[in-house]
Amino acid sequence: MNIGIALLAGLLFGIGLVISGMTDPAVVLNFLDVAGAWDPRLAMVMGGALLVTTPGFYLARKSGKTLTGAALQIPTRSDIDAPLLVGSAMFGVGWGLVGLCPGPAVVALSGGATAALGFFASMAAGMAIFSIYRKMRPVG
Amino acid sequence: MLDNPLLQSLFGGILIGLAAMLLLVGNGRIAGISGIIGGIIDKPASLTDKDWRLAFIAGMILAGIAYALFTGAAPAGQILAPLPLIVAGGLLVGFGTRLGAGCTSGHGVCGIARFSARSITATCTFMLVAGLTVFVMRHVLTGTGV
Repeated sequence: MNIGIALLAGLLFGIGLVISGMTDPAVVLNFLDVAGAWDPRLAMVMGGALLVTTPGFYLARKSGKTLTGAALQIPTRSDIDAPLLVGSAMFGVGWGLVGLCPGPAVVALSGGATAALGFFASMAAGMAIFSIYRKMRPVG
Repeated sequence: MLDNPLLQSLFGGILIGLAAMLLLVGNGRIAGISGIIGGIIDKPASLTDKDWRLAFIAGMILAGIAYALFTGAAPAGQILAPLPLIVAGGLLVGFGTRLGAGCTSGHGVCGIARFSARSITATCTFMLVAGLTVFVMRHVLTGTGV
C-alpha cells in the first residue's frame, strides 16, 4: 500500500468536498429539503464525481490491476439484503438530522469546533458498536 | 475560483471523482469514507492495512487546514443541530453506514459508477430517508433548531 498516494487522494477528496460546499450542513440539508428553498449543489457534486468515476471504473476494471500490478479490491456482492436497506435507512435518518455524512464529518474536524468533534466521536462510537454487534452476530 | 456556485460544486465533484480514481489505480481501494474509518475501528490493534486508511483520513483533515490557510475562510459550515441530535445523528450515521456497507462516497460515488445494484439501492434508500427526515424536522416538527 502506498501511503503517499492515500494521503494525496485524501487531500484531493477533502478539497473537493470543501469547495463544492458539502462540508456546510446547511447546503446538504437544503438539498434534502425538497419542500423548502431547494439547493441543487449536492446533485452537481455527485454528477461531477460520476462523470469521472463512471468511465474511470470501466477502464480500471478492464485492466483489473493497479498501476503497480496489484489486484483491485472491488466489492463483488449483488444481493439486496435487509442489512443493506436497514443500515442505509439508519444512515439516512442521521444524515437528515445533522447534515453531515462521513466524508464531510472528517473534513469538519480541521475546524476544531466542538460540534464537529462531537459528531465525529458519536459516528466513531456508532461504528464501534456495529463492530461489537457483528462479532456477536456473525451472520447477517 | 469559479464564481458560479453550481459550477464550483461540479468542479468539486470532479476533484472527488479524481481522488477516488487515484486511490483505485494507486492502491486498488474503493474511496468509501465509512469503510475506510470502519476498517480502523474494526481492528484497532493490527497495524497492517491501517496505514493507508490513516493517511487518507489525514489528507482529508489537511485539506480543511490548507483551505483555511490559503483562503482565510472556514473549511466547514456551522453545525446548527442541538447536541442531543448531533450525538444521535452521529451514532446513526456510524452504525448505519457500517451495517449498510457504505455511505455517500462508497455507494454514491464509487458504487453507482460501477452500476452496482446494491449501491444504487442503498443510495436511493438513504437519500429518500434523509429527505423524509429533513421534511419531518423542518416542516412537521418546527422549532427544534435544525
